Order: sequence, then C-alpha cells, then structure tokens
Amino acid sequence: MVDKKYLLTSEQMASFAARGFLRFDELISNDVNERAMKEIDAGVPAAAAGTPLSQCYPEPSTLGEILRSPEIEGIIYSLVGPDPLFDHQAVHVREPNEDSAQHMHGDSTIDLRMHFDIQLMYFPHDVPIEMGGTLLVPGSQYRRINEMDIARYQNIVGQISMVCKAGTILVLHHGIWHCGRQNKSDKRRYMFKVRLNPAVRQLRLWNTDDLDESVNKQTPIFSKETPKDGIQAILSSYEPWFEEGTKRLEILNRIKFWRFLTGDDNFDAHYWMTRLENMPENRVSSGFGFRSNF
Amino acid sequence: MPNLRQKILILYLADSALDSKVVGWTIYDGTGNENHTTGDSDTPPYKTGMDALRAGWRVIQFPQLIPPYPSAEFSTSFNKHEFIFEQLEEAHG
Repeated sequence: MVDKKYLLTSEQMASFAARGFLRFDELISNDVNERAMKEIDAGVPAAAAGTPLSQCYPEPSTLGEILRSPEIEGIIYSLVGPDPLFDHQAVHVREPNEDSAQHMHGDSTIDLRMHFDIQLMYFPHDVPIEMGGTLLVPGSQYRRINEMDIARYQNIVGQISMVCKAGTILVLHHGIWHCGRQNKSDKRRYMFKVRLNPAVRQLRLWNTDDLDESVNKQTPIFSKETPKDGIQAILSSYEPWFEEGTKRLEILNRIKFWRFLTGDDNFDAHYWMTRLENMPENRVSSGFGFRSNF
Repeated sequence: MPNLRQKILILYLADSALDSKVVGWTIYDGTGNENHTTGDSDTPPYKTGMDALRAGWRVIQFPQLIPPYPSAEFSTSFNKHEFIFEQLEEAHG
C-alpha cells in the first residue's frame, strides 16, 4: 500500500481532470538520471503488453527503481490504482538539427472510455528550449479525434513545450494532443515513456482528505463570490484556445469525469449540468390539478 | 508569365466571425522561403482573422456552420472555425 503522503491531492486530481496532465519538475535525482541514461542507451527490455507493472523492470533496473520510488508509485496509484498493467514503452529520440517537428496527434486510437490510461514521460536530461521538448495542448483530452487527424494543427494558443530540467516527470491522460518538437540543438534528445492501464475501477484512489462538502456548494457565477481557486474554480477554468462555443462543453466534460472519479453523481461545477438535468416534465404532479381545455 | 507560388495561412478562430481572435494557426509556404512546423511559435501571426485580411491575405475558405449531429451535441472534437487564406508570391530562382 502506498503511503498516503505520496498520493495526489484532490486539487491535483481536479487539475488533471481539467487540463489532462500533471507535471513534476526535477523529481528524480541527478545520479539516478545519469544511470538511467546509460540504461536507455544500452536498450531497455520491454514486457509483453498486459503484464502487471509489478512484474516489469525487474532488479537491477534504474527505470524500475524510478517507477518503484514512493513519489512515482504515489502518482501512479492515485491515477490508475494498484498494480496497473504495462501497455507499452518507448524511448523517444529526436535527432540533432532536425528539419521539422513531429505532427500533432493523439496516441493509439480514438478512445472514448471514461476509464483512462496514463502516459508517464520521464525526461532524463535537461531539455532547453532549443532542444524542443514534448509539446502538449492542455485541455485537449476530451476532444474526439483519431490519432494523426489533427496533424495540420501547427500551433495552438496556450500550448506547452516541455522545457525542463533532468529528472522531470510528465503524466498525460491518454487523450492529450501532443508531439515531439523540433530539436534545433546539436545533441540528441531522449524521453522515456511508459503507458499504463488501470486494473481497478478508478474511484477515489488519491488522498481525498481534502474532499469535503464545500466542493459541492453552489456559488453565484459572474460575480465577486465566484470561486477563484479550489476545485470548483479549477474545473471551471478555460484554456485560451477553447472556442466560445465549446468552452462550456469542456466544463461539462470535466463534470462528467469528476463524477466518475469521485462517484458523486450530484457534483456540479456552478450549475452547468444541473440546468441540463432539470426535467420538470418528469416530476410527479403536485396534485394541484390542472386541466387544459386547449 | 509570372512564376507564382501559393502561401497558405490557416487560422483557427474563437468563433465563426472573421474578426474573432486567433486560437490556433498553421502556415505552408510554397515559395520555399519559410519552413513552418509544429510548435514553432507561441505567438499567433495575427490577433484576428480580420487582421490577416488587412495584411493582404485572401480568404479562400469560410468554415460552414453545421448543426451538431444528433446525440453528439455535447461532444467536442476538431477546432471548429478553420479559416483558410492564401497569398500568391513570385518565386525566385
């Protein structure tokens, strides 16, 4: 069992629900990064798809050591639960002085499950801006697209380039739009990725000590009382690239996902879902008796 | 006979109006002078579609307004408002 202090908080989970990723800078120490680079260069044997993660990367393995560290175990447990299944791994390499970047895409196939896989990305060396870095589009995880269909999207307002220090970990929802940016430096760029599937229902797996009734409290919208922080605010925030006609649909997507994560089918951010679920015609008559002659 | 090449600018706008703000963009340059690729800039080339028009780009596609497909009214997918512009430039060499 993972020590609770290493589990994610509810606000971190809400951020994952809203933006589709979590970033942990310089989580892995430099001596481990250096050993990991050697292991990556030598070639990392992969398990068969569907193997429990606990059976992958047997000792001695620096990548196994990273995945079994309490901090990473806490992140993994919070998102996909105990002993998730290994899906696949990849050592992504971007060659020096490239002509172009990878096209924007979503991994695997279109995938509409409420259950979600995570893609854990590990950056074993510094990634300065000239080296490119993985590019991701926050909040894109609920968009129904298939793989490279979005290849023509070159730039999106609010996109994030993973410029980071060695030992940084990035965790993505499986639906996030991303690509490998152009490497303009004279050094090879490495990133190690492992995809994990949940083996349990993804229900309140994180540290829910901070998840109290106040999360569900209705507050006015468009006013000074509208929350500026906390879970309601996180789930109601807009990415700068959301269109006027889709930004509130994305909030509905987040509400559905948060209900799935918490098991609370009454949760709402502001009043967006409650309004749609209000079906007075389905209510039992008040008994007042109304008959229309028309 | 002019030796013209096409430059294409795709702007993804915040709504269906040409004067709404740019939320995404793509450039293909048939002259070979510029080579654009994914993630090559964080700053849009224009603030709105109208700004591109004023800069001399010609609109060659307005996105159609299509009603949501039945039972997909709440789903989100591709960027909705894809405006395509062109310029013709003399190719040298």
